[in-house]
Amino acid sequence: MAVLDILVYPDPRLKQISKPVEQFDDALRGFVCDLEETMRVGPGGVGLAAPQVGRFERIVIVDVSCKPKIKHHGRLVLINPEISWREGSTVGREGCLSVPDYTGNVARSKFIKVRAQDEFGQALELHMERYEARAVQHEMDHLDGILLLHRLVSRRDLFRRQSQEATSPKPKPL
Amino acid sequence: MKKWFMLILVGKDQPGIVAQITRALYEGECNLGEASMVRLGGNFTVMLMVQSAGDEQALDHLIGPICKSFNLRHHVDAIEGELRHHVEPDVRITVYGADRAGIVAEATGTLAEKGFNILNLESDVGGTADNPIYIMTIEGVAEQGIEVLEEALKKLAQDQGLETQLEPIDTLIG
Repeated sequence: MAVLDILVYPDPRLKQISKPVEQFDDALRGFVCDLEETMRVGPGGVGLAAPQVGRFERIVIVDVSCKPKIKHHGRLVLINPEISWREGSTVGREGCLSVPDYTGNVARSKFIKVRAQDEFGQALELHMERYEARAVQHEMDHLDGILLLHRLVSRRDLFRRQSQEATSPKPKPL
Repeated sequence: MKKWFMLILVGKDQPGIVAQITRALYEGECNLGEASMVRLGGNFTVMLMVQSAGDEQALDHLIGPICKSFNLRHHVDAIEGELRHHVEPDVRITVYGADRAGIVAEATGTLAEKGFNILNLESDVGGTADNPIYIMTIEGVAEQGIEVLEEALKKLAQDQGLETQLEPIDTLIG
């Protein structure tokens, strides 16, 4: 186990597009442990993507279970994740371990369905909402070289978006 | 050793103000910090952190000719420049209703009583000349918790005939 160094913007490597994982071996699982330890050592981090520590493979971990009163799936290792369905939009505040001392408002889908594999190559399909869905979308953006800085919305958009949200359709059940 | 100043500018909105002011500051070997620039009721307003080796008079001298050509009023104050010390808001409050005198005083007085520290406040007057509406968005820190604010805002809405919304800001760090 090791705490890895986190790449910090404007490091150009953060813009790199990560490659799919092909081998689900002990080396991969060892890396996932290190990634998790790195996420947990920082204050308040609820997710981390492999490219943030300089490994350009499609691996993210998310764990929002520390947040009270929200729906979540606990500790998640998502390898080669893809969003197969999304609905609704919501603006929320995000920060990033790769962008210290800055937070901004970002619009994300409110409900998503994610297909991925775990660290043993087992297929997963998860239906997520709100905070957990936001965390997964934030981390998955890193796999495509996208930071929250690319997705900022102004404070003035918030009021309008909240008003629109009230009339958005109810999500379909899984 | 460079010191920080707050430059305040106000004048009738017209294109080129920001470009020319910041060009003059740049050529005068100043560095810029955080800024808020916004059009309010047809006036362009600037609050700009400027770092300079000179004093207030030197800054006056740098931007004086441009202020004159745009017919802007300006003011420079020496300040403590605290960068990388952002305070994160944990609540966003929206207050709106038919415009009348006293909305801001009533709303912010209520919030201050309940230990709310304002970090950001933006307001607009919309609607028509016959039926103006006032819309205010406030972000800040609920130092005595959110519940007391929620109650106080409900009462404010009833007593003052306003609409109020409170939304926790749960910043996601990923």
